[in-house]
This record gives sequence, C-alpha cells and structure tokens, in this order.
Amino acid sequence: MIIGKIENGIVLDHIKAGEGMMLYKILGLDSLDCQVALIKNAESKKMGRKDIIKVDRIIDVDLDAIGYVDPGITVNIIENGELAKRSHIDPPDEIVNVIKCKNPRCITTTEQELPHIFRLTDKENRVYRCIYCESKAK
Amino acid sequence: MKHLIDIMELTTEEIDQMIAVAKDIIKSPEKYQEKCKNKKLATLFFEPSTRTRLSFEAAMYELGGNVLGFSEAQSSSAAKGESVSDTIRTVGAYADIIAMRHPKEGAPTVASVKSTVPIINAGDGGHNHPTQTLTDLLTISREKGRLDNMTIGLCGDLKFGRTVHSLIGAMSRYENVKFILVSPDELRIPEYLKHEVLEKNNLEYIETTDLEGAMPQLDILYMTRVQKERFFNEQDYIRLKDSYILTPDKLDNAKEDLSILHPLPRVNEISVAVDNDPRARYFEQVLNGKFIRMALILKLLEVK
Repeated sequence: MIIGKIENGIVLDHIKAGEGMMLYKILGLDSLDCQVALIKNAESKKMGRKDIIKVDRIIDVDLDAIGYVDPGITVNIIENGELAKRSHIDPPDEIVNVIKCKNPRCITTTEQELPHIFRLTDKENRVYRCIYCESKAK
Repeated sequence: MKHLIDIMELTTEEIDQMIAVAKDIIKSPEKYQEKCKNKKLATLFFEPSTRTRLSFEAAMYELGGNVLGFSEAQSSSAAKGESVSDTIRTVGAYADIIAMRHPKEGAPTVASVKSTVPIINAGDGGHNHPTQTLTDLLTISREKGRLDNMTIGLCGDLKFGRTVHSLIGAMSRYENVKFILVSPDELRIPEYLKHEVLEKNNLEYIETTDLEGAMPQLDILYMTRVQKERFFNEQDYIRLKDSYILTPDKLDNAKEDLSILHPLPRVNEISVAVDNDPRARYFEQVLNGKFIRMALILKLLEVK
C-alpha cells in the first residue's frame, strides 16, 4: 500500500499498533478538511507493527495528549518535503480536557463546566489521576 | 489562605501542632471561649450527616463564634441547579470559614478553587474525610501518648471505608507503625493503597481474615461499618455486613491497654456489651472530634 509523501505537514510515527484511532479522535483530526492518513499495522523493524498518522498540513497538535497516549510516539514536522523537526514527547505532568473522568461519583459528572484535569502521580507506571476524585485514568 | 481538603496536605508538624492545641483546649477550655467571637462558620451539608455537622457547630459555638448553613441539598440552592462554585462564592460573602459535605467526590476541591474563605472538607462521598482522620489521630495520641511505635488493626470494610484509607495514609508517616488489615476477601484494601502507600514507604502490614488471631498483637483496634450506600448490589451487602462483629469474648486475648475505636455510626459490628469494657474508646473519640475541629478552625482562621 502506498501513501504519498507530504510537502508540508505532520507525521506521527511509532504509534503503538491499535492506538492510532484513539489518537486520531483525541487530537480531533476528524474535524480537519485537509488530507489525513491513518495507517494501521505498518511494518516496523523496532516495533514489529505500528500505526502512523500523516496530516497534510502543519497544524498545532496537543503534544500533552500525545504524551499521555504514548510518550514513545515521534512527531515529525515536514516543510517543503523535508524533515524540519523531530520531537520525542515526555509524558506531561498534567493533561486538560484530553480524557474524561469515568468515576460516576466524581464532581465532574454534575458540574458540566469543569475542565477535566488529570495529573501524573506515578511516573514509572504512567498513572494519571483525576485532580478532583483521584480516580485512575482509564 | 489555607483549606483542608485531604489529610495528606497537612505535614506531620501541622498535625502535631493541632493535636497540641486540642489538648490545651481540653485542659483549659475557658481560654478559648471567645477566640472566634464575631466569626461565622457556614456548614454546607449537601448530604445529611448528624455527628459531623453537630461536631462542627458545637466546635464553633465553644469558640464563641456563630454558625449558619443548611443540612440537606433540598433546602439549598443546589436543588435549583446552582453549581458548587457559585454556591461557595455566595456563601463566602456571609461566612468567615466553610465546612462542606457533598456526595460527589472532589466537590470540596472545586469549592477551594473559587472560595474567598477557608474550606474544610467534611466528607466528599467515599473519597476524603480529613476531620475524621484528625479525630482518630487525636484519639490515638491521647490514648497512647504517641503516634509512633504501635500496631494498628483495621477491621471491616477496608475497600470502601474512606476513614481507613485516610488513617493508613496519615499513620504511614510516623515511625515503626505496623498495620494488621482484617477483612473479608471481598473488602480488602484497594491495590493502589498497598502499592502507593504501604509498599512505597516500606511499611509492615499483614492482611488476614482472622480477627481473633490478630487480637493479641494490637495496640489499637479500629472497627468500621460495612456501609450499605457503598454497594451497588444489596445482596452483596446483606452477605457481608455481619462478617466481623466484635463481641466481649473476642477480646479475651487482647492487650490490657488496647483501645477500640470506631468512626461511628455503628450498626451491629460492635456489640453493645463491649461498650462497658474500659478499652472501648469510641464515645471519647466523638468528643475528641469536637476538640480537634476547634483546633482546626483556629488554625485556618489564623487565630492565635
């Protein structure tokens, strides 16, 4: 399968196989009107299988959201057909409105205007907890 | 401005200092009779509670202050759909300090962000209840004269019991405290507490289903109620509620200076016959709740 080279845009590489669609949704890529390619189960020497997302425009992506999903993801910025910048993302200390708290007893279920904020409480195991009810992010 | 949302926000020095103030209040109550004159405490109870609300109110009255508030959400503007943030900003215009109980976990955190006066979390669902933990710590300190070097048995609902979780967290910061966790398998303490508190701090603990077997080792026995409202399934509640009932015969092997505590209310997990045993200290614990809340109000209002 061949997906063409992009001139100006973003390539999210080394996404764990199966997590591409989640990232696509979290980053709101469905609302873009440019070309976006989600490649699932691409062959990878390092990972065996991986997902890749290509966006045919340079957009502001939520790096915290990417770092939350998987800090192993590489973000490549392409300008004039060349790699202009490559970034590796650290897991963010805090994520805001990336995911919602699933605890039915959490105050965020009734106070609709509250931002959904999660903090990294265990860096080693990448555990995020809701700042309100301290439930673990799922 | 300081709030009290979670017991772990307080340093052990701050806790020790509040315990010292509470003990001084017990010794010389007259010194404190007018400390909060012209100050108002608002008790915002979005969920019913008898002892916690009355304890706060009694504490403020004994400091010479006044109390206003509501005791159920139906009699507040929350019934009209007002948000916690708006209620708190409004009440902050009338009161100097707020004690709030709310059924939703994290509500006091939301309140503290917007509040112009100190917020005390008087219980948020199954999450935190820091003034109960302060009460427990004052009680243990008064009973034993220390908060370190002891074995604490926690018995009953260790899975949903917020008082147990907070007490383990608070006591884990003192030297040489050993925990014996007595519960049915279904109600053992959550894994995250084991990993993030007990094991992370290299604390000694034992999990067991055998209350009588654990009894001879205990300096403190902290009993808890198997709470109906924490179960989604009534059959599970009925099956487990009588699992651990303390009766006088189970105390045969207990130490002479054991202290039996309970956050109350009890249903039947401590037989009434145990009340006459001098080691039953749960009604003294209730009284300690008022004294430590007095010390807390003084601290948060920065009254010297």
